[in-house]
Amino acid sequence: MAQELAACCIVAGAAAGEVLATSQSISFWGGVDPATGLINDPRHELFGQSIAGKILVFPYGKGSSTGSLMILELVRVNKAPAAMINLKTEPILATGPIVSKHFYGREIPVVTMEKALFETLRSGQYVRVEATLGRVVVSEPL
Amino acid sequence: MRLTDHEREILSGSEGEAARLAMQILVDLGEIYGAGEMLPVSQAHIDMTLYMVDAGVEFVERLAELGGRFAVPTQLNPSAIDFRRCRELRVPAELEEKSRRLERAYLKMGAVPTWTCAPYQQGMIPGFGEQIAWGESNAIAFANSVIGARTNRYADLVDVCAGIIGRVPRFGLHLSENRRAEALVVLEGFTSEMFASSAVYPLLGYLFGEIAADRVTALAGMPESVTIDDLKAFSAAAASSGAVGLFHLVGITPEAPSLEACFRGGAPEPVVVTPRMVAEAEERLSDSTVEHPDLVALGCPHFSADEFAALNELLQGRPVDESIACWVFTSRAVYAQIERRGLLARLQSAGVAVFSDGCPLQYPVKSWDFRAAMSNSAKFANYCYSQTGLSVVYGSLRECVETAVSGRVSREAGLWRRN
Repeated sequence: MAQELAACCIVAGAAAGEVLATSQSISFWGGVDPATGLINDPRHELFGQSIAGKILVFPYGKGSSTGSLMILELVRVNKAPAAMINLKTEPILATGPIVSKHFYGREIPVVTMEKALFETLRSGQYVRVEATLGRVVVSEPL
Repeated sequence: MRLTDHEREILSGSEGEAARLAMQILVDLGEIYGAGEMLPVSQAHIDMTLYMVDAGVEFVERLAELGGRFAVPTQLNPSAIDFRRCRELRVPAELEEKSRRLERAYLKMGAVPTWTCAPYQQGMIPGFGEQIAWGESNAIAFANSVIGARTNRYADLVDVCAGIIGRVPRFGLHLSENRRAEALVVLEGFTSEMFASSAVYPLLGYLFGEIAADRVTALAGMPESVTIDDLKAFSAAAASSGAVGLFHLVGITPEAPSLEACFRGGAPEPVVVTPRMVAEAEERLSDSTVEHPDLVALGCPHFSADEFAALNELLQGRPVDESIACWVFTSRAVYAQIERRGLLARLQSAGVAVFSDGCPLQYPVKSWDFRAAMSNSAKFANYCYSQTGLSVVYGSLRECVETAVSGRVSREAGLWRRN
């Protein structure tokens, strides 16, 4: 049974894929290798995992204002996440997907969710992020 | 967003494809963050100047090819190289080529080639209340807090768009209601001797940033004797350990004449910072096992003319030891000043290498066989390992100089230090 979760649209679009979830914040500058899409901060619980093509679930971004450029580079080399789900999306984090849409014509939908719903998402779930419609549709794990 | 007729025309392409793209990105950002309209800015400072990845080069070159021109005076953060001393800095050919492509594209769009992360030290210094669009975390924190100019923490890519349009979405720190403090830090137990050491301010900034995170935070207890260079180091450190865009120093910075003025109602419960916490912060930042650093790295943020004079006085004509490199990074403008004053020649004859345009955290690491560095910058110490792979020792400018002269780490006991 698919389950619909309410979400708030930050960057429009729709994408589906496998969830990669963490309760830790992510810095796209110094925390993700822009050439491979692997989390390269050894202190991060997702260290060594690839964000490429994933529905990346993390509470918020952190760190340098260069993070936006690193997301654009991940798009350029086809290693960007398919979509992002946050508790809070600050402007520096939203900038990468916005520019990606207009510069490379590639959408990375971004939504925010209430904490209680956000915490139900688990790595390995298959979800469809329908940012424009304000919802995330969760399927049974594959 | 309510756009003016002119803004709508730009969005439909009346001023070319580059302006259309830049406006579209700014409008999207404004829609997300609830901006009602666009706001003119007097100038922009672009962070995305240092070659890191090809997406940045593609973005800037495309905008330049599409006829993009900066609508307001727009200055540039450091490059990855010193354009005039590539050989001395051992810049690899590919890095030079990518850096020069960025340079060509920015200059074609009409940027002012300042190549500095301390744009508040010379040239286009904004005034109190001036609406600006700046990138680079230390510059943003300094401009908002110490000068009282108004900018959001502009991300790479958006900073370029803001320069092209000369306007930004009206939200965040551009608005008075978002500039009041939400949290309070109070300094307790600091002596005048501690405050007389310039090494305390970067550490206070580092601690402050950790506490403030992304909140506008006020700090009470900063002494009136604090210098502009101390405030520069404080801002840089705070913006490296926290997402600090604006802070208030009660009785020091222009929007904080009193504690009451910083807060909408009463001040919240303060977080107390003590000398012991400064000692612990220093122990976290500084690697006590380093004895022989290969590099003394100064100029993070870019050195001021006053700092060069202090460096020269501390050296007292003594040469830098052959086992160690002593590098100072600064802007072209300050470089020219110290050259005219004869300071540059004296420092160079002592073995100090002075670079302009570049950044001590982004030098061509693979061209140099360094293992450990020493710096008087807490921002440098915070990012050193992740950016260069080097271990790092933190110390005052005096300690950095004594280390450079002797080739061995020189650190003084006392003040807040526990050993």
